[in-house]
Amino acid sequence: MLLERLSKKPFSKSSIAIRLSVLVLAVLTIYAFASFDYKDVKLWDALLLTVDNLKTMFFEPHLKHFTFTQALYQVSVTLGLAFLTTIFGAIFALMLGLLAAGNISSKSLSVVIKGSVALIRAVPTVLWVLIFAVAAGLGSVAAVIGMTFHSISYLVKAYSESFEEIDKGAIEALQASGANWWQIVFQVIIPSSITYIISWTFMRFEINFAVAVAMGAAAGAGGIGFDMFMASGFYFDLSEIGAITYFILMIAICLEIFATQIKRKLKVSS
Amino acid sequence: MSADVFAKKRRNSLALFLLIGAATAVSIIITEFSIAKGVTSVPKAIQWSLSNFYPTKDSLAKLPDILIKLKETLLISVAATTLAGILAFVFAILGSNTTRVNAFFGGFSRGVAVLFRNIDVSIWALVLLFSFGQSSLTGYFALFFGSFGFLTRAFIETIDEVSCSSVEALQTTGASYLTVISQSVIPSAIPQMISWVLFMIETNIRNATLVGLLTGSGIGFTFNLYYKNLSYDIASLVVITIIISIVCIELISNYVRRVIL
Repeated sequence: MLLERLSKKPFSKSSIAIRLSVLVLAVLTIYAFASFDYKDVKLWDALLLTVDNLKTMFFEPHLKHFTFTQALYQVSVTLGLAFLTTIFGAIFALMLGLLAAGNISSKSLSVVIKGSVALIRAVPTVLWVLIFAVAAGLGSVAAVIGMTFHSISYLVKAYSESFEEIDKGAIEALQASGANWWQIVFQVIIPSSITYIISWTFMRFEINFAVAVAMGAAAGAGGIGFDMFMASGFYFDLSEIGAITYFILMIAICLEIFATQIKRKLKVSS
Repeated sequence: MSADVFAKKRRNSLALFLLIGAATAVSIIITEFSIAKGVTSVPKAIQWSLSNFYPTKDSLAKLPDILIKLKETLLISVAATTLAGILAFVFAILGSNTTRVNAFFGGFSRGVAVLFRNIDVSIWALVLLFSFGQSSLTGYFALFFGSFGFLTRAFIETIDEVSCSSVEALQTTGASYLTVISQSVIPSAIPQMISWVLFMIETNIRNATLVGLLTGSGIGFTFNLYYKNLSYDIASLVVITIIISIVCIELISNYVRRVIL
């Protein structure tokens, strides 16, 4: 039996799956390159042009169509969009996440919530924003609601998975002592998963900032993303895109440093 | 003493709630978000989508065109992720503390990863539009650069996690650098790395829609075209095809992940 397993090892299910997925990815990649619609782009010239463009962007940044303070204000609008969607998303996701966790909710409810959340997640954020834009008009309302939809679905998955990892014994102990559902949630579930909740929520905040930039560009949500879209699509001003990119980069790197610090702190305390 | 601890804890959480509340209020003011409008727009959007946003028999005629664009978008996402994964693997080997050649390359590749990770795909899309125009390659390179930063970071963490002791063991036997990489690092890290690549493919298909909207190519452009023409029935068909393909890919990658991890 053991010998059989040992001799089979090189062809175990997992190594076959690994080889097969590498092979499939390679074949798909080659096929993709063969089937691209190149539209007479000269690859080498375009790559050189890109390098040249990046040089203009990063080494000659300037602001022409708005001032430094205006840019700072637009960045804060983008940050505000990200913050609102994260907070709204976290509040709704916390409630839904509790109902979706298999160990503290009924099985059928958990399946229903997880399934619908997976469907919501499958629709790209920008499509949610555009769908809501028909009802609410282009602007911050549609952007916040659409982005919140996506944040909820992402966080419900993350939260409910960390709720499900909680030690069964602790829940049973409280149930045996006659605690009701709310007491179990507030005495066991939330305290023992709070570090996960915080780090997932902050990670979503980072993602939402990038999404908010993109929504400004693609769905007219305002903020720095919209200015970047104007600089690219209307003024063809690479140097301005460069300056805006520096603004976005600055905020994104600050958020990342902050996130690493939060993670380190949570790890020490837990 | 214990009463003090609880009082302090309560004070701390009250302060945190006040801070979050204040930040929310400030955000509402600067983004000019109206809660009332937000709340009413959800039922309005549901009502609208139930009465307009579904495919009709006529819109099915456009299905072949949509599927061609969808296939193109899926292939772009896969190809961009795979090649970005290969490049990210090289950078991760150089950047990981256990396998780096020297401190200079280590710092350099980590720096490149930070830079690429924090520039979003939407920025890449807008910049690359200048040199590649409205072709598939714009989307391809935007996704490629975006995935590269993320995967480098993920791979560095994976390599650091799995291969510390086995690398040292091989090094003491006098194995060469390439032997260490091919015999120890790759075998122990590959299931995790494939899992990350699959995750990135899922993300990239969603991102491809956005990039397509911005650069006028692929399925995102198709959606935008019908959406702007107010042909909501066809636009909804586009959304449905996107949902089906993303759910399928999620199911496949969940299955693969279960088998290999």
